[in-house]
This record gives sequence, structure tokens and C-alpha cells, in this order.
Amino acid sequence: MNYLRTVWLHLEKELRLEFRSRDALMGMLFFTLLIVVVFSLAFDPTSQPTLARQIAGGLLWVGLLFASTTALNQSWSREMRNGVLDAQRMSPSPPSALFLGKALANFLFVTIVEVILAPIFFIFFNLHILGQASMLLALLPLGTWAIVVNGTFFAALGLRARSRELLLPLILFPIALPALLAMISAATGILTGEAEPQSALRILGIYDTVYTTVSLLLFETILSAE
Amino acid sequence: MQGLKKASGIALFLATLLILIVGFQKAMVAPVDAQQGEVYRIFYYHVPSAISALCFPYINLIGALGYLYFRRKDEIKAAAWDALALAGAEITTVYCTIGLVTGSLWGRVAWGIWWTWDERLTTFLLLWLLYVSYLLLRRFSPPGQTSTLASVLSVFAAVDVPIVYYSIRWFRTQHPSPVFGGGDGAGLDKSMYPAFLWNLAGWFLWGCVMIGFRLISARRERLAELQEAI
Repeated sequence: MNYLRTVWLHLEKELRLEFRSRDALMGMLFFTLLIVVVFSLAFDPTSQPTLARQIAGGLLWVGLLFASTTALNQSWSREMRNGVLDAQRMSPSPPSALFLGKALANFLFVTIVEVILAPIFFIFFNLHILGQASMLLALLPLGTWAIVVNGTFFAALGLRARSRELLLPLILFPIALPALLAMISAATGILTGEAEPQSALRILGIYDTVYTTVSLLLFETILSAE
Repeated sequence: MQGLKKASGIALFLATLLILIVGFQKAMVAPVDAQQGEVYRIFYYHVPSAISALCFPYINLIGALGYLYFRRKDEIKAAAWDALALAGAEITTVYCTIGLVTGSLWGRVAWGIWWTWDERLTTFLLLWLLYVSYLLLRRFSPPGQTSTLASVLSVFAAVDVPIVYYSIRWFRTQHPSPVFGGGDGAGLDKSMYPAFLWNLAGWFLWGCVMIGFRLISARRERLAELQEAI
């Protein structure tokens, strides 16, 4: 069985499980919505449109980052039940295919959340894009992948740790901060039209490539750690 | 053999102390900066610790890679490499803290503020956060897996360091443009070089000596754990 087929099988399994329960999707959607509402109440964006434009990019990514950390832990704890993870460990298929399938599934879930919540976000924050709106199409996938690829990896890394719910943000945020910085500066550049997002997008691209490679190479090590 | 190692360790320690004393003397008699006055002298401590803090993560990485290589082959050797990784991470955190604190003191006088979210300061803070999170992971992870998981995180963190370093060239910044290799107006006055180089050598060696001490104690702890497991 070739590699891509294995990845596809893992992805299919994740999607089927998720669409049966829809736990992660519903949780993330409502969580991000709550964060958007809390921030809107705190800053009153309708009366300060300029301020709203300047901070909206940051708030959007912070909300998504928080929401994805809640879902990412769930996606691995599912594997702990009935010793599924031990079965995965013994199977002859490459472990990185399991990781890639799960990361792609999480990427799809977070993208769905973004697609549903972006319009609501724009309405609540009374936003008008002053820069190149088409750049959002490059920024959203790159930024989402940056969060999800490391998040999936570190959720697996902390799987057997004490208080793993706490551990994931503790190790994910410092690693993800350079990407978050680039995501926020690109989003703010697009919304305010004051800065070109290209250089930040390039950093994100490099970040994504580097960390996808490192994760794929090291996943076997953490899966078989004892 | 053991005696020789101990003797050379003590010799290195004394030599480092001597270099630091010379460095202190040179830093205090170096000419006053034309624009900044006396306060610029903190530069002789800030820059060496910042440069060392960018080098020591690679000691942590080397330790982690050594551990990952030996972990299935030779447990005793693997424990030593893991101890090196731990020592590297701890000293990186200490040097980062020194760099941040001295920079903050200088910023208060030169810029009038303790802290600014300039890219270089931010990324240096990120470096500090990375190695604190590495030390936290070691504390949280289940016994037996600590070394493997920490080594993996250390590879991730080390990959972040160049991103951190180059970001000063990617984003615009308030931090003084790099003094070395920074283009126009960069570079030190000739009269300041001796003080800077003595301090750089002194503080770098001091870090290495501390890593050495910590390596020895951490390796003892690891070996004791292995003994207990048997």
C-alpha cells in the first residue's frame, strides 16, 4: 500500500469519526464565537472603526489558536481509548502517514470554522478591507496550517504527560509565536492597507515548510517513545 | 585520566575567571561613547550574553541529536548526551535572562522605556520562552519518556532560533541595527574592540564552564535514575 493511500485512509477515518459526532467542530465554532463576542464587548469596535481594523487581525488568530488547542487534544485522546494508539504503533504502515492524515483532518476542521465565522467576525467588528482582500486566500490556509501542523504534533507529544490539557498550549505557543507574529502582521496589513503582507506571507511559507518536514521526520520518535 | 580531566576543568575555570577580570578592567577604562556617555558600558555585558544565548541553543540541539542517536544503542552514552541537552537549555535560559535584563536597563536610559515590542526584543523574548517551555516539558512529561520528548522539542526549538535571528532583517525595527555586519554606520570604534572581545570571550567561556558543571551533575542524576530502574 503506498504512502498517499495510507494518508488518505487515515484522513477518511478522521473525517468519518468527526462527522458522526461533530464534537470538535461544534466545540471550536462556539468557542471561537464566544471569544469574538468577548473581544467585541471589551473593545466596542463599531464606535472605533480604525482601532477595530488594527486589532481585528490579532483577535481573529488568537481566537482560532485557542479554539484549535481545545480541539487538538481531543483528536488524540480519541486514539487512547481501547488501545488504538498501541495498534497504530504495531501496524506496518508508516507512522508519519497517521500524523499527516490527522493534521490534514484538523486543517479541514479549522478551515470550516474560519469559513463559517469569518463573515460573523466581519459583521461584529464592522470591518471593511482596505488592502488586497485576495491575499486573505493565501494567508488563511498558510496560517491555519502553521497552527495545525505543530498543534497536532505537540498534542501527540504530550499525550501521555501529566495534565496534558495544560501542557499543549505551554509548548505550542512559544513555537508558534513567530508564525503568529507573521500571521497577525499580514492580517493587519491586509485589513488596514498600510503594509504589504507579502514578506510576512513568505515567512509563513518558510515556517510551514520547515515545520512540516521536521514533524514528519520526528513523528515516529514520539509515537514510539517509552 | 580522571585526575587530568579534573585538573584541566579547574584550569579552564581559573582561566575564565582571569579573562573576566581583564574584561571588567578593559570595559571600565574603555573610552566613553560620544553619544551615549557612560551608560553604553552595559553593552560589554549585554552583547556578549546575547551572542552566547544565541550559541548555546546549539549545544542543547547537539545534546538532543546525540541522545536521539544513542537512545536505542547505548543507554549510558544517551544519558550523557541528554544531560548535555539539559545543561545547554538551562544555561541558554540564564543567558537569555541576562540579555533581556541588561537590555531593558539600557533601554530605560537610552530610549526612556523599559521595554518595546520591537522585533528583535520580541524574538529574543521568544527564545527565552522556548527554552523555558523546554524545561517545563521536562518537568511535566512522564518519567521514562522525558528525554525523548524533550529531545524532539529541542529540535523544534533549535529550528526556531535562525527564524528568530533573521527576523531583524525581515521586519523593520527600533533596535540598533546590528553592530557587526549591519551595513552603513555599523562597527565598533577600534579603541572599544579589546574590551568587547575580552568580555565576549570571558562570558562565553563562563557559560561553557557552567554547562560543564551542570552536565556533570545532570549526568550523575540520570545515571542514578538508570541504576534505580535496573
